[in-house]
Amino acid sequence: MKKLFFGLLFIAAALQSCKTDPDPNEKNTLTLSFLNKVGTQDVVLGQESYQNAVGETYGVTTYNYYISNISLKKSDGTTYTVPQDSSYFLVKESNPASKKVTLRGVPAGSYTELSFMIGVDSLRNTMNISRRTGVLDPGDATHDGDGMYWSWNSGYIFLKVEGTSPQVAADAAGNRKFRYHIGGFGGYNAKTFNNLRTVKLPLGSIAATVGPEQQPVIEVVSDISKIFNGTQKVSLAQYPTVMFADYSSTIANNYAAMFSIGGVKD
Amino acid sequence: MNRSFLVIGSMALFGWAACSKSTPPPDPTTPTAETLEMPQPSYFPSVVYDLKSNPLTYDGFQLGRSLFYDGLLSRNGTIACGTCHQQAVAFTHHGHDLSHGIDDKIGMRNAPPIQNMAWSKEFFWDGGVHQLDLFPIAPIENPVEMDEKLPNVLQKLRDSKNPNYPELFKKAFGTTDITTERFTKALSQFMVFLVSNNSRYDLYLRGTTNALTATEKEGLALFKQKCATCHAGELFTDQSFRNNGLDNSRSSDQGRFLITQNTDDLFKFKVPSLRNVGYTSPYMHDGRFSTLEQVLNHYSTNVQKTATLDPALQTNGQLGIAMTDDEKAKIIAFLKTLSDEQFVKDYRFADPGFGKAF
Repeated sequence: MKKLFFGLLFIAAALQSCKTDPDPNEKNTLTLSFLNKVGTQDVVLGQESYQNAVGETYGVTTYNYYISNISLKKSDGTTYTVPQDSSYFLVKESNPASKKVTLRGVPAGSYTELSFMIGVDSLRNTMNISRRTGVLDPGDATHDGDGMYWSWNSGYIFLKVEGTSPQVAADAAGNRKFRYHIGGFGGYNAKTFNNLRTVKLPLGSIAATVGPEQQPVIEVVSDISKIFNGTQKVSLAQYPTVMFADYSSTIANNYAAMFSIGGVKD
Repeated sequence: MNRSFLVIGSMALFGWAACSKSTPPPDPTTPTAETLEMPQPSYFPSVVYDLKSNPLTYDGFQLGRSLFYDGLLSRNGTIACGTCHQQAVAFTHHGHDLSHGIDDKIGMRNAPPIQNMAWSKEFFWDGGVHQLDLFPIAPIENPVEMDEKLPNVLQKLRDSKNPNYPELFKKAFGTTDITTERFTKALSQFMVFLVSNNSRYDLYLRGTTNALTATEKEGLALFKQKCATCHAGELFTDQSFRNNGLDNSRSSDQGRFLITQNTDDLFKFKVPSLRNVGYTSPYMHDGRFSTLEQVLNHYSTNVQKTATLDPALQTNGQLGIAMTDDEKAKIIAFLKTLSDEQFVKDYRFADPGFGKAF
């Protein structure tokens, strides 16, 4: 009898001690703050002052990308996946608000790895129009003009980077522009290339801790120069336009490695 | 005293019950209107379009019809869907090999008929869109067709007084909200309802054996023998993409390849339905043939051998389909029995009158 009593006491104590960990029923917000750079400098739209690895000068005029299917991994290996319908974001360099991605209702805990997809997953690309709301709605005026949806070959553009370079031949209008519109989710009834890329970013020594009073901010850096200077060196003069063609996969392979963690703020 | 308490008490209870039973706010996805039944001929394959996600209603159909014939969908108000898809010629662009759109710009391909859309797996000659609801965005935003942006179209509809689109959307969908989903679904309701199944051939299929003449019946037998590999079933298409041996040296249009980037798909185009083919001249993806005689002459004597030429057009070491002039004449006689006069004259499908389609 005495043993049983102590046993129960032990269990109660053990349960009590659990409470010193953040209660996963507690929820709070976690923010991803996207910082778009060229190398080490913050990108300035319209400033033609950057150089790629093949020695071409360029500037960036448009830079947009979709982020989706976000998940956060704890040090114990368990993962929190942001609910599907709330996991699509369009980051646009021209719109500061779009660069702050606020994830609400994240369970308390210490997160050590961030993972997301660059682009819009194939399933969503084939869904009924009723499931294409917010940043996925081609008729939403708040992101009009970005043209992040191909209507003629139904699918989202995952990443769009446009700019100028004196090395690019002038187009019919006399502009020396490059235009990279990268999409391609693998095809609906017929298989085609798949440019979806998933990024896993360990947060390093400082975990992002969500708690009743803790709303961490993870700074995520995208380095535009990596689009051109990845495993493959891309020449703008040679490839001024990359859209729905095989070469787009080279660009996707390059941008798959352009994200890094800038830091974590509590 | 007790009694009045009881009465007040029961009134209070009743009031509470009534409140709890009060009608919920209208679900914007639940149509308030009379539902419509789309004709589904027993001899057609099963419907592809998800009718459950977009139940057809009288008001939804009428809204779609207004939108279909309204030039408001284009940048400068001059081009409607109905401009290039005219009912009298089974919703094709009469007399145009390639359609001309806004500012007299010329499109890349021949406007195909809009009919039996609910059975279509893919849209466009190259199958670039796989869902009818997503289809209208393409012609609206194409710079040589309507050259408008979808958000602008929705805004113009919200501002429209004549017709009063917010009211029409309310009738169709329960509230005045105008969204991408409602806009495209209304257009789909109109298009899905455009079912052509009342040609003389349909009468024949449904048991009126003398609906076809002896010559037309011979033509039907020849058609089954020579053409039905691709133009299969009662929709007269197997919905595949094939290279039918057209001389493709004169055009840079790579067809299905543009969608798949697979070199096996170079110069392939969707096998079109032949329903109403008597009305839909000119023919082929680029409208290069103006008569059915030219089409059959192509298949009998002019098929070009290229890397992706369809195997069905090169059997036994012979290019094309062997047909005598007599056989061609009979096949053409049969094809004209697919003309559905009721469909092209059905007043329900006509321009309601306030649109700006030419």
